[in-house]
Amino acid sequence: MSDDSLSELDALDAGPRASDVVEPAAGPPSDPSGHPTVVALMERFGDAVLHHEVVADEQHVVHVDPSRNVEIIRWLRDDPAQAYNHLADVTAVDFGGGAPLQVVYQLFSLTHKHRLRVKCLLDVDALTIDSVVPMWNGANWLEREVYDMFGITFKGHPDLRRILMPKDYAEGHPLRKDFPLRGRFSRAEQTRRALAQDVDRFYIPAERAVGREPQEVHFPDPDAPSRAGRADG
Amino acid sequence: MGLNDAIVQDSKGRSGGLFGDGGPTFLTTKLDFVVNWGRRNSLWPMPFGTACCAIEMMASAASNFDIARFGMERMSFSPRQADVLICAGRVPYKLAPVLRRIWDQMPQPKWCISMGACASSGGVFDVYSMVQGIDTIVPVDVYIPGCPPRPEALIYGLMMVQEKIRQESLDQHFELRAEDPMSVARPRANTEEIVGLTGPFGNSTLQEELSEVGVDAPEGPLGDAADITTP
Repeated sequence: MSDDSLSELDALDAGPRASDVVEPAAGPPSDPSGHPTVVALMERFGDAVLHHEVVADEQHVVHVDPSRNVEIIRWLRDDPAQAYNHLADVTAVDFGGGAPLQVVYQLFSLTHKHRLRVKCLLDVDALTIDSVVPMWNGANWLEREVYDMFGITFKGHPDLRRILMPKDYAEGHPLRKDFPLRGRFSRAEQTRRALAQDVDRFYIPAERAVGREPQEVHFPDPDAPSRAGRADG
Repeated sequence: MGLNDAIVQDSKGRSGGLFGDGGPTFLTTKLDFVVNWGRRNSLWPMPFGTACCAIEMMASAASNFDIARFGMERMSFSPRQADVLICAGRVPYKLAPVLRRIWDQMPQPKWCISMGACASSGGVFDVYSMVQGIDTIVPVDVYIPGCPPRPEALIYGLMMVQEKIRQESLDQHFELRAEDPMSVARPRANTEEIVGLTGPFGNSTLQEELSEVGVDAPEGPLGDAADITTP
């Protein structure tokens, strides 16, 4: 953008542009010996661990084979020496320029106080990966958000549908780099579609049923043993 | 000095008027005036707060600024009992039908205030998810600039609504209060207006050319696209 002699105001008239700068998807490999899990992971899975690097001084990142993501993450969770029992985040990154999209799992071991970031690189024309919802229910909405924003399909997800954008949003997946900033339709069409939303299309039947009937209220039974009297645990 | 001492007596020592005993106990006025007086001094706001502007709106209602002094005695959280819709904050397209339904639910006479840059124009959020000014959704009487506006600005805006009410006349009733039932849940602005409203902050068609995406919306299941012509 700097090579043409546009003033700021000209650039404003021209509107937003797609970024043509493609950031590298990964840095140079680092020494894995600093993190016991990375060493164990490379020993056990060998070829499936494609890359390892350290970012921000202490965050260890491993790139793994996307077809084996569930197998590897399940081992990280269940192996007592690793015990990454807390899934802090599932998200995705698009670096643009046709580079593979990265699905990012941010793991934390409450037992060993270790952090690990696991990345799976998916080609833009094959955006499918196995879901980790069977392992962590908390991944449900996170994977729905990644699906909504990036169009990545999670196989085995119980309820994979849009979570942020309207259900009948037809313009694509907004956080992809090839998505225009203001959407694909004209403002008039976007406004018309927004006002044409109706609840029947917007919610699934189970959600519509909530609130239709008066909610059943459970009063505590006076004869039952009180919560305070119960033994701890 | 009590109230009775202030009563004007005529030359024969008789008191009269409103406070007198046995005097005339009425006053004459114009119907327009008294109706507008009642309407403008009992405006109940319907707060539609979605962002930081709502914090300023709450501050306006709290003791330091206290819009109750101007007749906005209580925030009406039911649109059925509200007179003025205060849209404070950004409105995404997903929320647009909610805003439109709340406006449709409010009984006449009703007014609308667009509070802050985002509600008035989309503000800095010239993006795929944001309504570019709520005047494409509902008719707006007063726009309040600011990001967010201070409570004084909101109070000034409400006083401008009061001034607008003061200048109304009942013989304009059918023009001012006219509502087209077919306009319910329809965009208020037409295509040209929406294009005009979004224009100054970037031209949508340009970026559509840049992204090599046609401006024609595909024929979706929604239908009734006949009145929409793409820019």
